[in-house]
Amino acid sequence: MNNGGGKPGDVILTQGLTRLFGDFVAVDRLSFRVQAGEVVGYLGPNGSGKTTTIRMLLGLLRPSAGQGQVLGFDIVRQSELIRQRVGYMSQKFALYHDLTVRENLQFYAGVYGVADRQRIESVLELVGLREQANLMASELSVGWRQRLALGTAVVHQPQLLFLDEPTSGVDPLARRAFWDLIYELVAGGVTALVTTHYMDEAEYCGRVGIMNRGRLLAYDTPAELKRSVLEGPAWDLTVEPIMDGLHLLEQSGLGLRISLAGDHLRVISPGEVTEQQLSDLIANSTLQLIRLERVAPSLEDVFLTLAEKQ
Amino acid sequence: MIRVEGLSKTFGSLEAVRDLHLSVPEGQIYGLVGPDGAGKTTTLRLLCGALRPDPAGKSGTRIEIGGYDLLSELENARAQIGYLPQRFSLYEELTVLENIGFFAEMRGIPAAEWRPRCMAILEFVGLVEFTNRRAGQLSGGMKQKLGLAAALVHRPKVLLLDEPTTGVDPVTRQDFWQLIIQMVAESRQNGGSASVLVTTPYMDEAARCQKVGFMRLGKLLVEGSPQELRQQLEGRILELTGEPLEGLRRIAGQIAGVESVQRFGERLHLRIQAGQQEAVSEELSTRVPAEGGVLYSLDRAAPQLEDVFMSLAESEDE
Repeated sequence: MNNGGGKPGDVILTQGLTRLFGDFVAVDRLSFRVQAGEVVGYLGPNGSGKTTTIRMLLGLLRPSAGQGQVLGFDIVRQSELIRQRVGYMSQKFALYHDLTVRENLQFYAGVYGVADRQRIESVLELVGLREQANLMASELSVGWRQRLALGTAVVHQPQLLFLDEPTSGVDPLARRAFWDLIYELVAGGVTALVTTHYMDEAEYCGRVGIMNRGRLLAYDTPAELKRSVLEGPAWDLTVEPIMDGLHLLEQSGLGLRISLAGDHLRVISPGEVTEQQLSDLIANSTLQLIRLERVAPSLEDVFLTLAEKQ
Repeated sequence: MIRVEGLSKTFGSLEAVRDLHLSVPEGQIYGLVGPDGAGKTTTLRLLCGALRPDPAGKSGTRIEIGGYDLLSELENARAQIGYLPQRFSLYEELTVLENIGFFAEMRGIPAAEWRPRCMAILEFVGLVEFTNRRAGQLSGGMKQKLGLAAALVHRPKVLLLDEPTTGVDPVTRQDFWQLIIQMVAESRQNGGSASVLVTTPYMDEAARCQKVGFMRLGKLLVEGSPQELRQQLEGRILELTGEPLEGLRRIAGQIAGVESVQRFGERLHLRIQAGQQEAVSEELSTRVPAEGGVLYSLDRAAPQLEDVFMSLAESEDE
C-alpha cells in the first residue's frame, strides 16, 4: 500500500492542500497527517472547509494547489485506487428506503464488486442488525439507520473510513453504541477521519483538528488542546444581575471571551488573572457575587477562542 | 410560567407520556433530556395545545401556561406560547420579513405593531441584514434563527424549543444559546417573565439550563440543576489511560463494581458503584500488569452530564 512518497503508517498526508472556488478560499494551505489506526476528528462550522477537504482526499475534487496522498496513493493521479480502499458515510445516508437492510448491503457489495456472500452476514453481525436484516430501511429508527449506513460504508473492507457528521441528532445512548462500533473497526486495523459539529462527539477522537475559514487552526489530542490553546484560566462566575455582570466583565479586560452559560457566565481569562482580581472586580461594583469557581476548559471554549482569534 | 400536573398521552398501546409533573418558573431555562422515544417531543406538543392529553385520571390533569389553563382557555394560553418545532416550516419563497409578518398576522398582530417590533427581533437574532433575503436562500443556522424570531414576534411568556440546534454548526449554536439566555436574563432583570422549556440530545447544551429533567419511557425520572445531577456521580467516574487500550477495556469490564466502560479516544471512562472506587483502583493496578498491560494513569474524573444520562438510561433493567 505504500507505493507513494509518504512514510509507512501515514494513511493521510497532505502538504499545502488548497482549493479555491473563484475568489473564495475553501481550503487554505492545509498540511496534516493521519497515521494508521488513528481516529481523527475535524471540528468546524459550516463552510470551514471540512467537506471540501474530504472531497479532495477522495479524488472527487482537484486541489488548486498543494498535494496529498491517501493510503500511499496520489489524490489526483490515483484516485480510483483510493476509492476502492476507502469507505464514506455521509450525514445524509445514501440508503434505499424501499429495500431491506440486507438488500441495501447487497446493493453496495455489488457496487464495490464484493462477491463473497458471507461478507454480508458478517457486516450484519458487526453492526448488530442481524435480527433486522429483513426490515425495510424506512422502518428503522435513526440509530439503526446510522448503523446500516456504516455497514454499507464498510462492506468492501476499507482501510480508511470517512465519517461525515455520523451521529447528528441521536441521543447519547445511540451515540455511544455507534462509537463502540467505530472502535471495533479501528481495533481491526481501520483508520477513521470524522467531521463533526459537536464537541461531545469530538471527545471520542484520539486527535482533533479545528478548522475555520479553510484553515487548520490546531491539531492535537482533546486533552492537549484544552491544556495548551487557552492563554489563561477558565471560570464559572455566578453574579446577579447576570447581564450587568456580562457588561462589567467585557469592560474590565479580565476576560478574553465571556459568554452566558445558563445561570452563570463562562469567562476565559487572558494570561495571569487571579480569583482575587475577579472577586475584587465584583466586590467593587453594585453587583452581587454568588459563586466563582475555576473550571477545566471545554473543547467548545477552545474552539470558540480559536475561531474568534482568527 | 409553566405548570403541568398529571399529564398523560397514549397512542394506541404506547404510553408516550405517563403522569408527568413539571414546573418551570418565570426566568428559568429548563432542559428536557432523555433517549429517543422518551416522550420529550410529545410533551412539548401537549404543552402547546397541538395534542390533547388523555382524559384526566384520578389525580387530575392540569396544564397552566402563563397563568391560563390550557385545557379550558386554549386561545388565551396559546397566545402566551412561542413554539419552535424540530422541523420549523418557513416559506422558502417569502423573504425573512414576509415570513415573520405571516406568523405575526396569524397571531392577530396588526402590521403597525409587528413591523417595528420585528426589526428589533431581527437585530436581536442577527438577521437584520438579511431582511429581504428569501428564506430558501438562508443557511441552516440562519433558518433556525428565523424560526426563533418568528416564535418571539408576539412576545411570548413561554418559549417551547424542540431540539432547536440539531444540525446547526458550533458557532451558530453558541449564538443561539447566547440569545436564549440573554432573553431570559433580560426579562428577569426587567421584572418580566419568560420561561423556556427546551429539549436536546446534547449534554453540553443541557448544561446551560438552570434545571434539567431526565425523561425515559414517558416518565420524568430525575430533575435538578446540572450541578446537582453531576454531584450524584461524584467520585464514581475514573479515567484511565494505558496500553493496550482494548485489553484494559476488557479487564475493566470484568471487575466487580464497574458499572460501565466507555472509550473516549485514547482514554477510558469507568463508572463505579458507590463505595467501590478504592477496590476497583486496586484491582486494576494489579490485574493490568499481571496480564501484560501498562497503566499510564488512573484518576478520578469530574462527572459530566453525559455520565449522568448514561447512568439513568441504563438503570431501566433494575
